[in-house]
Amino acid sequence: MFENNHHDNIIKTKDLSVFYGSDEALHNINLDIPRNRITAIIGPSGCGKSTLIRCFNRMNDLIPSASVKGDVLYNNLNINASSVDPVQIRRQIGMVFQKPNPFPKSIYENIAFGAKINNYQGNMDELVEKSLRQAALWDEVKDEQEKSGLALSGGQQQRLCIARALATEPEVILMDEPASALDPIATLKIEELMQELKEQYTIIIVTHNMQQASRASDYTAFISMDRSRIEDRVGILVEYDLTSKIFVNPAEQETEDYISGRFG
Amino acid sequence: MPRELFQRKIKQIQDEILLLGSMVEQATLDSVMIFKNRDLQSAKTLVEDDQNINDKRFAIENAILILMATQQPLAHDLRLLASMLIVTNELERMGDYAKGIAHNTIRIGISDIPVPIRNIEKMAELAVGMLHRSLSAFINEDIKIAISIPPEDDQVDNLFNQSYRSIVNAMIANPKIIDDSSLLLWIVHNLERLADRVVNICERTVFIKSGEMLEMDGSDDELEEEF
Repeated sequence: MFENNHHDNIIKTKDLSVFYGSDEALHNINLDIPRNRITAIIGPSGCGKSTLIRCFNRMNDLIPSASVKGDVLYNNLNINASSVDPVQIRRQIGMVFQKPNPFPKSIYENIAFGAKINNYQGNMDELVEKSLRQAALWDEVKDEQEKSGLALSGGQQQRLCIARALATEPEVILMDEPASALDPIATLKIEELMQELKEQYTIIIVTHNMQQASRASDYTAFISMDRSRIEDRVGILVEYDLTSKIFVNPAEQETEDYISGRFG
Repeated sequence: MPRELFQRKIKQIQDEILLLGSMVEQATLDSVMIFKNRDLQSAKTLVEDDQNINDKRFAIENAILILMATQQPLAHDLRLLASMLIVTNELERMGDYAKGIAHNTIRIGISDIPVPIRNIEKMAELAVGMLHRSLSAFINEDIKIAISIPPEDDQVDNLFNQSYRSIVNAMIANPKIIDDSSLLLWIVHNLERLADRVVNICERTVFIKSGEMLEMDGSDDELEEEF
């Protein structure tokens, strides 16, 4: 399997398999995620894309039947080790979900909330402003930070959620279909924001939208159902390469079929 | 099969490209016949009819752009549509060569100069044959045939060199014919260039199928700028 030629990989998976009960959902995933790049994960519904990124910050811990085999190394630390605090990992590897989910609180509180819980000792106003600026939302909300986060438009709410994730000063941001509920303009804003954020952060985005993956990412991983055991519906990594390679000249016929809409 | 509509539209465009190709083939053969017979009236008609080739080129280009915009082609589909744009442009330029031959025929008029007509006819025949087969290979994505065609360009180049030499020798022997004979150089040059552009079509065929840009061109592309 392709190993990206990036010298510095922030997350590496080694023979990672995920089970729900006795059902294998992902099989032997070996994937190196380059630091300060945007990596897109694409694949058909139910192939395990979300399951995979949930492994990157131990979100699967929250699903009682889920179990993980193999390793996820974050800065060479095995995050599944019993000594690792999952809350600490989630602070460093934040997540933005498909549907914007701001807290039913003010814009300001949405950002300050996590920092307060984490016992943030710095200047809260500065943290809020910095996070909102990084999420390209500051200019739109700076004069109404007391307004409810829920009063914002969908696109603004999603950027508020990104600002909230940034406020814990993570290294990695996981995005699970972050723009699928947004209109095209709001979608492009999120994608532009991702380009700015990758200067400082590593971004991993799950998307159903091929155009979004091709526009926004540097690397693309294609996950699909293992055809040799199709009734088991187990996801495998079919191809992983530079985005420019995957969408112009993929190596695998299965990738070609999927991205050109001839899947199945 | 998924994407049936898309597939059908690609097929329609491919048919149009074949039609454009046959217009160019005919124009090339006609231009040489017109030159041989110094049929100045037909030469004028051929120059005017080049507009049909240009129009068809733009119609095809437009259809390709619409497909790109509406169907978001990727991977093989993307390489195919991009290559169709390029090949359509190549064909239009080949049409210009035929027009150039007709145009130079008008300028030479009935002036009596030595003409290596056998070589010129042979060049046209070879180049048009190459073009015809290259377009079939392009549409069928037949790499084997696409790779087999470019070496034939050497024959065209040899005929060009022979013709060039004989025309120049005639000019040296009789400087009075330099004006008209130099126009004759353009005619053989256009046929030589047409064959070069066939090589580009073959390169695109390989690209569609493999994603690799394989340079097959043995001849000198910069020659055109020198002329």
